[in-house]
Amino acid sequence: MANAQNSAVKAGTATSNSLAVIAPLAGWLLPGLGHFIQRRWIRGLLLMLSVFIMFFAGLAMQGKVYGFNTGDLLDILGFVGDIGSGLLYFVARAMDWGAGNIQRAVADYGTKYIVVAGLLNIISAVDAYHIAIGKKQ
Amino acid sequence: MTFELSHFTAAVVFALCASTVFGITQRNNTRDMVRYGAYCFALFVGGVIVASWAMWLLKH
Repeated sequence: MANAQNSAVKAGTATSNSLAVIAPLAGWLLPGLGHFIQRRWIRGLLLMLSVFIMFFAGLAMQGKVYGFNTGDLLDILGFVGDIGSGLLYFVARAMDWGAGNIQRAVADYGTKYIVVAGLLNIISAVDAYHIAIGKKQ
Repeated sequence: MTFELSHFTAAVVFALCASTVFGITQRNNTRDMVRYGAYCFALFVGGVIVASWAMWLLKH
C-alpha cells in the first residue's frame, strides 16, 4: 500500500518536473502554448492574442526586427527582446520581414512593439513555469 | 500590409496588450487578474494623458 502511494507520488513528481521544463519552452516557442498544455485555455488564448497583436502590429507599422549583433548596446538589447517572441521571431527573420523604415515616426513605435511583444512572451513563459511547479494555480 | 496609427491609438493598443499579460501573469485568481489588468490599463492610459498635457503646457 505504502509502496503504491510512493510510486504514485514519484510519478506525479516526474510529470511535474518534465512539465516544468516543457511548459516554459513551449510558451517561449509559441506564445500561449505553455498555458495550453496545462489546460489553461482562456489564459493561453489571451496571452497568445496579446503577443501576436503586438508583434504583427509592430511589423505592420514597419518596425525593425533586430538580427544577432555585437554592435551598439541598444541594438543588442533589441535583439534580446525580439528573440523572446520565439518562433514568430525566426519566421520574421526567415521571411525577411521587419526591415524598418527610418523615414516614418510610426515605424519606431513598431520597433518597440516588436521588442515588447518578446518581453511579454518571456513573462508569459515564466508564468507557465510557475503553474507547472505548482506555485500558481 | 502597413498601417498608420496615431500616437494615442498606438499607446492604447500597447496598454491593452501589456495590461492583459500583466493581469494574467501577476495575479492568482480570475477576479484579481481582471482587476489588476484594468488597473494597469488605467495607469497606462492615464499616464499617457497626463504626459500629453504636461508636454502641451511645456510648449505653451
